Amino acid sequence: MMVSPMKTLLAATLLLLAGPLPAAAQAAPDPADWDGVLREARGQTVYWNAWGGSSQVNEHIEWAAREVHERFGVTVEHVKLADTADAVSRVIAEKAAGQDQDGAVDLVWINGENFAAMKEQDLLFGPWAEALPNWRYVDVEGKPAVTADFTVPTEGLEAPWGMAQVVFYYDTARVEDPPRTFGGILDWAKANPGRFTYPQPPDFLGSTFLKQALIGLAPDPSVLSGPVGEANYEKVTAPLWAFMEELTPVLWRSGRAYPQSGPRQVQLMADGEIDMAISFNPNEASAAIANSELPETVRTFVLDGGTIGNASFLAIPYNASAKAGAMVVANFLMSPEAQARKQDPTRWGNGTVLALDKLSPEDRARFDALELGVATLSPEELGATLPEPHPSWMVRLEEDWVARFGVAE
Amino acid sequence: MSLGEAAAGGASSTPGRRLRLLPWAPLLTILAMLAPVAFGLGGTLLPALGWLPALGGHGIGLDAFRDLVAWPGFPRAATLSLTTGFAATAVSLALVCLVCAGWQGTRAFTFVQRALSPLLSVPHAAAAFGIAFLVAPSGWIARALSPWLTGWERPPDLLIVQDPYGLAMIAGLVAKEVPFLLLMTLSALGQVRSGQSVMVAQALGHRRTTAWLKIVLPQVYVQIRLPVYAVLAYSMSVVDVAIILGPNTPPTLSVQVVRWMSDPDLAFRFQAAAGAVAQLALVVAGLAVWRLLEFAAARAGRRWIERGGRGCGDAALRAAGLAAAILVSLAIGLGIAGLAVWSVAGFWTFPNLLPDSLTWRGWARHGPEILSAASETVIIAGAATSIALFLTLASLEAEHRHGLRPTRRALWLLYIPLIVPQVAFLTGLQTLALSTGLAGGRVAVILAHLVFVLPYVFLSLSAPWRAWDARHATVARALGSGPDRVLWRVRLPMLLRPILVAAAVGFAVSVGQYLPTLLVGAGRVETLTTEAVALAAGGDRRIIGAYALAQTAAAFLPFAVAILLPRLLWRNRKGLGHV
Amino acid sequence: MSDATRDGLRLEGLVVSHGGHRLLAIDDHVRPGEVLTVMGPSGSGKSTLLSVIVGTVDPAFAVRGRVRLDGRDLTGVPPEGRRIGILFQEELLFPHLSVGGNLAFGLPPDLRGRAARQARIEAALEEVGLTGFAGRDPATLSGGERARVALMRMLLSEPRALLLDEPFSRLDAALRAQVRDLVFAAARARGLPTLLVTHDATDAAAAGGRVFEIGVPVASG
Repeated sequence: MMVSPMKTLLAATLLLLAGPLPAAAQAAPDPADWDGVLREARGQTVYWNAWGGSSQVNEHIEWAAREVHERFGVTVEHVKLADTADAVSRVIAEKAAGQDQDGAVDLVWINGENFAAMKEQDLLFGPWAEALPNWRYVDVEGKPAVTADFTVPTEGLEAPWGMAQVVFYYDTARVEDPPRTFGGILDWAKANPGRFTYPQPPDFLGSTFLKQALIGLAPDPSVLSGPVGEANYEKVTAPLWAFMEELTPVLWRSGRAYPQSGPRQVQLMADGEIDMAISFNPNEASAAIANSELPETVRTFVLDGGTIGNASFLAIPYNASAKAGAMVVANFLMSPEAQARKQDPTRWGNGTVLALDKLSPEDRARFDALELGVATLSPEELGATLPEPHPSWMVRLEEDWVARFGVAE
Repeated sequence: MSLGEAAAGGASSTPGRRLRLLPWAPLLTILAMLAPVAFGLGGTLLPALGWLPALGGHGIGLDAFRDLVAWPGFPRAATLSLTTGFAATAVSLALVCLVCAGWQGTRAFTFVQRALSPLLSVPHAAAAFGIAFLVAPSGWIARALSPWLTGWERPPDLLIVQDPYGLAMIAGLVAKEVPFLLLMTLSALGQVRSGQSVMVAQALGHRRTTAWLKIVLPQVYVQIRLPVYAVLAYSMSVVDVAIILGPNTPPTLSVQVVRWMSDPDLAFRFQAAAGAVAQLALVVAGLAVWRLLEFAAARAGRRWIERGGRGCGDAALRAAGLAAAILVSLAIGLGIAGLAVWSVAGFWTFPNLLPDSLTWRGWARHGPEILSAASETVIIAGAATSIALFLTLASLEAEHRHGLRPTRRALWLLYIPLIVPQVAFLTGLQTLALSTGLAGGRVAVILAHLVFVLPYVFLSLSAPWRAWDARHATVARALGSGPDRVLWRVRLPMLLRPILVAAAVGFAVSVGQYLPTLLVGAGRVETLTTEAVALAAGGDRRIIGAYALAQTAAAFLPFAVAILLPRLLWRNRKGLGHV
Repeated sequence: MSDATRDGLRLEGLVVSHGGHRLLAIDDHVRPGEVLTVMGPSGSGKSTLLSVIVGTVDPAFAVRGRVRLDGRDLTGVPPEGRRIGILFQEELLFPHLSVGGNLAFGLPPDLRGRAARQARIEAALEEVGLTGFAGRDPATLSGGERARVALMRMLLSEPRALLLDEPFSRLDAALRAQVRDLVFAAARARGLPTLLVTHDATDAAAAGGRVFEIGVPVASG
């Protein structure tokens, strides 16, 4: 009985890791036959893996889940992630174990390097997004970010459902005139040591701060749209690192600790520890004020020359168990009704991916009725959005940042 | 608990077919605990050596380890794991010794015991959140002293929580491990007649503390050695406390391994596996060093005893011990209170001691989510605890009926799941759960929890079970009752309280599990703990407070039941000794 | 009852050893109503002898020979089937049951009906002067009361033989004689063969029967 448990174990483990077994072909739902998709979706449960760190976002997801259940008979379970990469690694683990169908993730809120990684590894189902009924309202012309995710073509593998733009918020009770350039930020931080910080890369917002700074400081930002090359990396990033070397000692906690996410900065500002913070949601400050999370004196500003904007997407893993249901959910989230609700500053305040001029008058009225939050800038004030650099820049910037500042002391 | 003995005992002395299953209970118990650990280690070791065919890893080599060492944070992360682990363990052990040495047998000691015991059930994450809010520059302590004493109108820019040295993390671990070690020491003290020994030594002119350290400690330490090792291994590799209180520039090795596990770049899977193996090696090395320190301490101790000094500074040592114990209970108690206040806080300006306004909005808004996470938590903890209790009772009853003797080796087996670092085998276990079709299910999570719940249930129930006067069984059988009737009608009712306490311990252990739920649950299984730690990054203290409070309640309520239910049921039975 | 059923307790060539060491050997016949006193220093295996007879001996002990009760070979019979009552030094009343519950525990199941069983228990309590004690918590009884409840509990299970493991040694002198007389009287009245294990000479004298000395204690622990 006790002959050799280790040997048995080793054999079993080997078997386990031997790789994917050939999976039976599964008829994939075809979005062109939308009625067929709706039929198949009824009764399905969609495990939607989405970042769960914000209560406004969670509430919108809950609302959508209720609506989709009532209208289409699709049950949505929000799997709250601390990091989108968790869902990606989930799919990877399933592939490693040979689970090529009935995967745990049906729909994932994704963009940037996570999308690039999943696309490159053939972990995504599709193309499907551009065949959805509501795709016709999407502002493909005016918002190039909806088909190019951090410059990587989406090719119908993911459906856009929200627009984000970098903004900064500050407390007017403590800062009279916020700086609008990176040079200004550095001067301000030196004059007010310990009162500014940014989330620690590789948190996506922290990495976005690096990219925004790179755009603001690089001699020629146009090279950022192409993949990073050895030759130009040093030269392009030199001003950025010089800036960071000067900035770090005057950061909150002298740069020896960082907030681990964007929302963490809200608490720090509420406590009076910092006076200024970066956000990827133009409405974050308004919503936080409404929730008693920030003082009413907080306002939003953007940098001179524009800030980075991007779209966030919904993708379906190749082994999802409820693909039809996932498409129904994605299509609903792209509907004018859901998009208008999402843009409501009293709820989430996230920008729409739709082109208002493509909508019917009734649908457009939904958007016109929205009022800006107390600390939310108007579209004119927000100004132009700058494109995300190619994902390869982010990877290098994160690595370099970790080596220079992430293991300090 | 040799398996051969168990089987033989069953064949020879038990008539009746039904009972033949009972002798297998110890084997089943060991399998339930150790098979996942063994499989998981295998599933971690192979990718670390480069074998993960699904990701194109077919060769056997050390590339993953080379990448690991090339990570710029590796030296510091590994050092942190060692320093925080050793510091937390040494400080906890020292505090427990000081308290016992200085105060055992006094009323103050009873008070300390009462103050610290309930803290055992507070989940690590909740305790960590509470302490974080307490000691942060914007926390309650700073608020209490500002601005009248400190002059701070705004929180000072002091690196207290998440400091690069891991001091906050050490403090959080000490606060949680002191109650655990104290409880272990208390049960060991009963076995070594410590009170009499100290009196003899005092009669020889030694001061109380010195006498305890010279006479009792060497005897007690032998008994609590395994719990101390478990504390050391846990502190070196903990993830949730490290996420909440630990440094990030870089984080501890275990936290970094979990981050690599979830990196979208698949190549990091190999590095994560290598990191998990390195963490295991660190823990093994740490245990070896600790063992050497034991020898050194024993030697130094013998010399100290031989020199015959009667000790000095007794009063100071006693005061320090008591102060530290009170500090520990205050830290966790006030921390939990702080979380409670935050959960109903409106806007709360620094340096106000209390919120500017109170609101139930947070609870109202997150109530449904908290409730669903709470019910998932209760289902998992209830199932894991029931299975653990069943296996434990069956094993102990098999031991009783078949005259099996618990061996030193069996005790070691129980401690294996508590000593092997969680990251080292849970990552591999994730793959196992997938391949068995249990992927991401509640069942898989329950089985993973069982690995940790079982040892605690067994450890807390076996002592009172074995201490039960078996002559009660002889009397009952001589009165005509079969072994089953003796079990159900005599032994279980008499041991109701220890059984309920063991169940409460198991329940609390399950409630507190973070990594097993996260990794084996495929993210689909949301318990109060995974939700609370996921929210840690967000930092909204209102939500964190609500979740941590719910988590604490889930762990604590079963203890209340375990204490109160027997009192209620046996309120007219003084002989059961808890009136 | 035939002669065979009134044969008493026979210990036939009983040899108990542990790890190869011979612990004790006894060959005796305790007749109905007779008391055999077994004496010996502690560690001599007196309690082991009782556990062999009652059927709860630790498997670590090797036992040769056999035990017969009223002609029936008890080898392989579990304790609950042997019909041998035992009293220990402590009363070992079940603390979670009332006095009445303790007595009911040993009452054979063939006595049916709540009322009948309760009446039997009341009668038993009356017999030892504890009328009305059925609802009491055993922990509230005096030492003498507890001893009487333990005795009654054992007798109600209708044993065919009685084993006494130093049952009087915890009682003070006055109480001791009283309880001892009660136990021996009950055993004689029911014609039970009785084996008394003690290291107290006055107990042995009070028993009035033969005395069997167990030899030197075995050195091993």
